Amino acid sequence: MAEDLPKSIHLTIVTPDRLLFNGEVDAVTVPGLRGYLGILPGHAPLLSELRVGMISLVQEGRENHLFCTWGFVEVLPDRVSVLVEQAELPEEIDPEKAKVEKERAELLLRSKDPKTNYEQALFALEEAVNRIQVASRRTA
Amino acid sequence: MPGGNILDVRRRVRSVKNIQQITRAMKFVAASKLRRAQDRIFAARPYAQRMLAVLNSLATRVDPSQHPLLTERETRKAMLVVLTADKGLCGAFNNNIIKRATQYIEEERLNEALTLTLVGRKGVDWFRRRRWPVRHQYVNIMSRVEYRYAQEIAQSLINYYASSDLDAVYLVYNEFKSVIQQRVVVEPLLPIRRLEGESHVVFLDYIYEQPPQVIFDRLLPRHVETQVFRAMLESEAAEHGARMTAMDAATRNAKEMIESLTLHMNRLRQAKITKELIEIVSGADALKGAE
Repeated sequence: MAEDLPKSIHLTIVTPDRLLFNGEVDAVTVPGLRGYLGILPGHAPLLSELRVGMISLVQEGRENHLFCTWGFVEVLPDRVSVLVEQAELPEEIDPEKAKVEKERAELLLRSKDPKTNYEQALFALEEAVNRIQVASRRTA
Repeated sequence: MPGGNILDVRRRVRSVKNIQQITRAMKFVAASKLRRAQDRIFAARPYAQRMLAVLNSLATRVDPSQHPLLTERETRKAMLVVLTADKGLCGAFNNNIIKRATQYIEEERLNEALTLTLVGRKGVDWFRRRRWPVRHQYVNIMSRVEYRYAQEIAQSLINYYASSDLDAVYLVYNEFKSVIQQRVVVEPLLPIRRLEGESHVVFLDYIYEQPPQVIFDRLLPRHVETQVFRAMLESEAAEHGARMTAMDAATRNAKEMIESLTLHMNRLRQAKITKELIEIVSGADALKGAE
């Protein structure tokens, strides 16, 4: 390799009302609009919108997961900033509640009522599914 | 000084003591809420700062004048977003805001096609009673400011602005300077006048997952949301600061009153004792004289 790549990335994850993560990680995966983006140390500068999904970060070989909604990621040579409107740690998610929401969204999507807001239901479904997924990855 | 009856004075002292207990408790409650509100202002900063930095660096690669939220129009239809508290007992906090808002409207001659968005019960009560044109009102959200409220408010403003239903939007709120100091500010919210903050703009060639213009367009409304959110947090902290100062002054006043009332009561008691003594002595003298 021509130049030495840094060993870790300085990552910050912020929402409008709190700082969720600030520290060094080995790798981070974020839900880009057109699919998950994996970011390793030495990544080229990048700017992308994010969608509802799961943020995964690897820290000293251990993987942690977060739920997030719309946001964007900015990759700079020395740091990565993830700005999302909402983010939840696995232990903050109530899987039962998410399941109920999932079922309600599915019911809405199946309904033949012309007044149903499909877009909203689809969005709710996506949120619920991702919440359940993140909650199931809770680190023991 | 009030009446000469010792019992009455004693009763008054007791009631002032009760009031003092309440104002002292309110002061401590306000102090702890203030601390939390200050923490939330700090917690909200990184998001707003990063957002602004990214917008700034994007602004160098897109044509910002193209965006409707950035283009200035002749102000015909203006809106003031006035942030007050839901509760009183916080000194001149609410009055200052209302005064400044009405003053600004007059100065800038916004009267004609003006509408208001009011946050906080005190402002709602005041402007409604005087039949001002209130378009939206939000009460009971200042006790627990949440981002989604700011989102809701900002999105309705952006919609009006985008459909030319409004030409300019101003935010009027109390800025938190320090515990004893609040500053009323009027800030233009729409059109977005300036994108500044972090002074150094990073000229970086990003890999754009989406075209810069698309990301820019998506970020601008969010920027407005964070502005509204910040104003709400500032106002919340300022309110607690104002209430703390007001309740501190009230507690002190109560203390002074208790002291002067107690003094008065002691004087009365002393006078009564002296009077009784004189009566006894003169009675004894009279008896002696009769012997």
